[in-house]
Parts: sequence; C-alpha cells; structure tokens
Amino acid sequence: MDLNLSPEEIKFRDELRTWLAANAPKDWDERREESMESRFEYLKRWQRKLYEGGWAGISWPKEYGGRGASLMEQVVFWQEMALASAPPLANVLGLGIIGPTIIAFGTEAQKKRYLAKILSAEEIWCQGFSEPDAGSDLANVRCEAKLEGDHYIVNGQKVWNSYGWAADWCELVVRTDPDVPKHKGMTVLLVDMKSPGVEVRPLRQMTGETEFNELFFHDLRVPVANVVGKVNEGWGVAMGTLMHERGTFGAGLQITYRRNMERLIDLARSTQRNGRPIAEDPVMRQKLAQCYAEIEIMRCNQMRAFSRISATGVPGPEGSIQKIFWSELNQRFQQIAQELLGPYGQLEAGDPHAVDNGMWAYGYLRTRGNTIEAGTSEIQRNIIGHFVLGLPKSY
Amino acid sequence: MQFGLSESQQILKDTARKFFAGESPVAAVRKAMETETAYDAALWAKLAEQGFTGIITPEEFGGMGLGKVELILLMEEAGYALLPGPFFSTVALAGAVIDACASAEQKKKYLARIAGGQARSTVALVEAAGSWDPGSLKISTADNKLTGTKLFVTDAAVADFIIVVARDGIFAVDAKAAGLHIEPMKGMDLARKIYSVEFKNTPAEKLANTSGLASALDVATAALCAEMVGGMQRALELTVAYAKTRKQFGKPIGIFQAVQHLCADMYLETESSRSATYYAAWALEENTADATAAISVAKMYSSDASRTVGNRGIQVHGGMGFTWENDLHLYYRRAKASETMLGDATFHRERIARLVVDGAAAGDKKSQNAERAAALVK
Repeated sequence: MDLNLSPEEIKFRDELRTWLAANAPKDWDERREESMESRFEYLKRWQRKLYEGGWAGISWPKEYGGRGASLMEQVVFWQEMALASAPPLANVLGLGIIGPTIIAFGTEAQKKRYLAKILSAEEIWCQGFSEPDAGSDLANVRCEAKLEGDHYIVNGQKVWNSYGWAADWCELVVRTDPDVPKHKGMTVLLVDMKSPGVEVRPLRQMTGETEFNELFFHDLRVPVANVVGKVNEGWGVAMGTLMHERGTFGAGLQITYRRNMERLIDLARSTQRNGRPIAEDPVMRQKLAQCYAEIEIMRCNQMRAFSRISATGVPGPEGSIQKIFWSELNQRFQQIAQELLGPYGQLEAGDPHAVDNGMWAYGYLRTRGNTIEAGTSEIQRNIIGHFVLGLPKSY
Repeated sequence: MQFGLSESQQILKDTARKFFAGESPVAAVRKAMETETAYDAALWAKLAEQGFTGIITPEEFGGMGLGKVELILLMEEAGYALLPGPFFSTVALAGAVIDACASAEQKKKYLARIAGGQARSTVALVEAAGSWDPGSLKISTADNKLTGTKLFVTDAAVADFIIVVARDGIFAVDAKAAGLHIEPMKGMDLARKIYSVEFKNTPAEKLANTSGLASALDVATAALCAEMVGGMQRALELTVAYAKTRKQFGKPIGIFQAVQHLCADMYLETESSRSATYYAAWALEENTADATAAISVAKMYSSDASRTVGNRGIQVHGGMGFTWENDLHLYYRRAKASETMLGDATFHRERIARLVVDGAAAGDKKSQNAERAAALVK
C-alpha cells in the first residue's frame, strides 16, 4: 500500500496543475441562469480545450487519442480538476462509460472511428438501455433489431435516456433473438442519432429540466459493422458498461462533492442563526463533519476500487457499493444544506432571495433521482447480495 | 499510487489470520473471557515468538520496526479472531505512547520489554468525566507522586507497568508501586476487561515529553479501527453463512431481499470502514497534512458502523442471534466498548469540525499536536 505518487505521477500532476491554472475557465458558476443548451456548448468547448491540451482520456490508449497513461494518473486527473475547481466535462457518458466499453469490446475499426471524437467532445454520446418494461429488469428489453442484408432494422422505444437531446451517437441495447432465454438474445449497437427513424422526445423531470428523453425508433437502419462484441452476446457488453458506470463513473463526482462541501462550510460560517454563525451550532457542526467524513470515505473507497481495477483490468461487482455510497451520501448532503439554509433552501433559480441562485433547491430535487438512475439502490443491494456475497438469487 | 496491499503486507495478514485461527479459536476466547483477566500467558508467549508484540517497535529496541499499515493489518486479524487479553492495550496503546513520549533510556526500560513479550502494559487516561480529551484531565503529580483515579483502563490487572496521562505529563507506574489499587469494572466486552485504577502518593516516572501523545493516540485509534473492521468482517461472514443455510418457507432465508439487503449494508459498512482505516493508517505513517482528520473520519465511521453491522447481523440470525451460545454477541459487546474507546463518533465529528469547519489551520497536523500538548501542560 503506497498512496504516494510515483515520480512519473508527480511529473504528470505538476504539468496538469500548471496547465489547469492557465487554462481552466473560472466563470462556470456564473452561468446557472443560461439555457441548458448554452451551458452544454460551454462544457463542450472546455472539453475540447482539454483534449487539445492532451488532457482528455488520460488512461485511454495513445493510438485512439488518449494519453496512454495509467488508471492512477486518471485518478490524479480528477483530483487536480477538483483542486482547480474546474468545470465538469460535457461528454460524461462517452468518457466514463461508452468509451471504456468500446475499448474493452469494440473492433479495431470502431476504436479508430469513435474514441478520439468522444475525447474531443466532437461527438456526444448517450445510452439506450432502459425501456418502459425493462428498468431494473434490463434483460427484458423488447426494442427489436432484425437483420436485413448488411443492416439491422430497429423498431422500439427507450426511456430515461440522458443527453439524448445533445447526442450524436447512442449505445443501444436491442433484442436480436426473441426465441432464446432473455439474457441470450440481446445485442449492443452503436447508433447514429442523426439517422432517419430516430425520434427524441424530451421528458420533463421533477426539477423542471428536460435532461432525460424518450427515444423512439421507426425502421432505423444500423450497419452490421456497428455491433459491439458479438451478436446475441449483448448482455455481457451491457453488464461491462454498467460496471464501469457503477465502479469508475463516480470518480468525476469528486469535483462536485468537494466543491459543494466547501461552499456549504462557507455558508455555515457566514450565515447567522440564534445570534451566532451556524458553523458554531453544535448540532450543525456534527452534521457538517459527518458529510465531510462521508465524502472522504467515498474518495477512499474509490481509490481502493481504482487500485483493484488497475491490478485486475476490470471493475468488479463491488463497484455496487460505490453507487449506493455516492447516491445516498448526495441525498443526505443536500438535506443538510436544506437544514442549514432554512426557508431559503426552497428558493429556485431566478428568485432574488435565492442563495447561490437556487443551486441548493435544484440540488435537493435533482439528487432525489440519484438512488434510481444507473441502477436503483435496491438493485445494487441485490447485486451485492448475489454476486459479491453469494446469496441465492431472489428473482 | 497503489491502495492495494504489497506482497509482504498480504503475507503478514495471511500469517496473522492463520495464527489467530490456530492459537485463539473462539472456544479459547470463550474460555479466556470466563477468567478474571482474559489473559493467557501461553498465548502471549506465542504472540511474542511471532514478533507481534514488537511489530511497530523500532529494531534498536528489539522490535520488527514495521509501519502503521502493518500494525493495522495485524490488528484487523486480531479483531476478526476477537483476540482476548491485553494485546491492543500493550502494543497499540502503551507501546505507541512510550515510543512517542519516552527517552531512549526509558524505551530500553519499557518498550524493549513490551517488544520482547516480557511485559504487558496499558494507558490510563479517562477520568470520572468520561472524556478522551487529554485537555479534560484533572489528575497530576506532586514530587513525582500520583494521586487520583483513572477509569475504564483496559487490562490494568495484567499490566506490569501502567502509562498514566496526567495534567503535568505522562508517567510510567510500576504495577507493584505503593498506593496503587486496581478494581475491576463490569464492562460489556468480556474478552477485554476494564478497571478503575486508584493512585495514592504513588511513585511515578515521568516520560521525556508529552508532545508525541496526540500522534500516539492517533496510532492507537487507527489500530482500534482496524480491530473493529476485523470484527465487522467476521460478523458479516457469520451472517452470510447463516443466511445461506437457515431455511424458512422451504428456502434459505438469504434468498429473500429483505435479508439480502441487510447483508449488503453490512458489506458496504465493513468495506467503507476498511477503506477509511487503511487510508488513515497510511496518512499517519506518511504524516500527511490530513492525517488527524483521516483518523477521526475512520473512527467516526467505524464506531457507528461496527454497531450497525452487529445490529443487522443479529437481526438476520433471528432468535439464535440473541442467544448466549451464538458468537455474535461477543463481537457486539466488543463493538460497543470500542465504539466509545478513544472517542465515539460524536467526539470525532467535533474533532473533524474543528479541523474543517472552523478551518483554523485546517488539516495542519503540527498545530493540532501543539494544541493538544499545550492543553496537557496547562
């Protein structure tokens, strides 16, 4: 066990730190009132800048536009991004989930075609996994793909799709063989979102945003060359994707969590209650300390998981504790922010009395979805029960 | 950067697992807890033979000179086996304080005997106020003689000398010294006994400095967290095994999600405690800026987690979990005693708040140590 950075890691960190100090934009927080589209364009430009500087896809192979560095340097990257209070990256799903899946399961041609453009944010990616009748029971997907010559003809519906409104490409799970047990007849396709037969309908969330979408496919034609992995073996590919989602995706959340914690401490110091700063209230001190500790433990859990991935090459099912940990922590954190702010906590963006222009009201509502998206807490606990602890499968 | 264990660390952990399973199986633990002191001299000799009693003692004083990470790996396995007797008190608590606060001559006298297995010891800190904050202490010396009472002193009856933290310094008191009176307290942990220790004009030898105390207590706290992690791991394994074999409604109860989710939460809490504890030990070894906060993070989380892991484990076991015959309550009892020892979750949350909410030199370990030392000599 040695968490000291190696000489190469230190060199990497120092170079990155210097680059971020000169290049990371400082005005992201001031853009809360801009439209979702305009904010997204901002983040795309920021990711492009990182890519051009050689800082996107730290652990991705060099021949596909990555830096060819270690997974540990990827961890250093997220830490430095957090320290520099840098904005998040636009192509979240492409970087965290779909790129790693293509690296693991894709053909050489697919790697050459897609990976660099994920890194540069030239092509934004989304995922088409869930359906109205295939949520937690993902193997129940019905969206069908029938082979016709050298194309699959896709018909069906997907739901809870993030970034569909901005996406150029989609990692789509389809049913290619309806006559075999449900886990065995699924295939993963890479779908051009701009091709005919794709319809994106925004789905309004409880936050008021339309971050999610429904996707409809009507006789969409997808070239056979766009199959990832083998035909009818999409379940393994999808599970690989989800393990990335659960295991490594959380690393980028460090940025948000640490910044939120720092901001909350500032507010606790500057907000008076009962004639003294809230930071001096013994009950609120306990709650703030609890939050700090849990964010630290999330970081330690992640470092352990990353070390394991770098040693074995794949994230394990223990990644499920990460998903439970970050989502439930985020909800507890937002509730404590609400307690700290009192009646001001409910004020949304645009209200002149709102603290931080409604960021805390938004955070409270948005995090409500955290324990549902990317596999519910209940499914994560089932996964731990069955795959980690070896208890019999309950369904 | 690598969070995983090195090959030699893994070997140490595996060796310890095998050693404790062979030399201190649960039947032996139950036998020891029925005795007055839970101390087994034959077992102690074997611990010394393995070098475990000198694991962190520098080689010049007869120890193995290993680091904090090695210490916690050993303590994790001791916790897994519910090792009875004064190992924690002697090696992780008294050993750490002597190493940090004694002169070279005093180390030869005290630490070398601990490392070699010839002596057992403990630290007397808490007084009637029940606080682990050295700033709260009342007891002090006059002419190097101690008067006053310490409570909740672990393993005092088998200590050859007791390290006493007083207002005016840290002292070593011989077990046979005049005016020393030790009375058992009926603590919940049957395998680690606690005592009240009364001093009446008791001769005491002052250790060289107090400035190392805060770090030494941090070392002991990391070791205690690791012991708790081991206990959690054992409770988790016992519970999962039970859920796989116990049948109701014609099925193993582990098939039901209500039961699975209790087990999943035990796993999450155990692994998270482990991550926090390993990190804290490493931070301490490297003397990082956040080491003190990291120790409090680990103790805060492990204190709560070891209790809730026990709660869930007993719940899954149903009526059997509530019996004397089942081993879970032995771990549950130790978890409660360890929860408060060296500060409970509330104590450590306040310590974290001082470091990160007040932001007074946030994470600055040196100033924290200085503060604690200043409180001591006031």
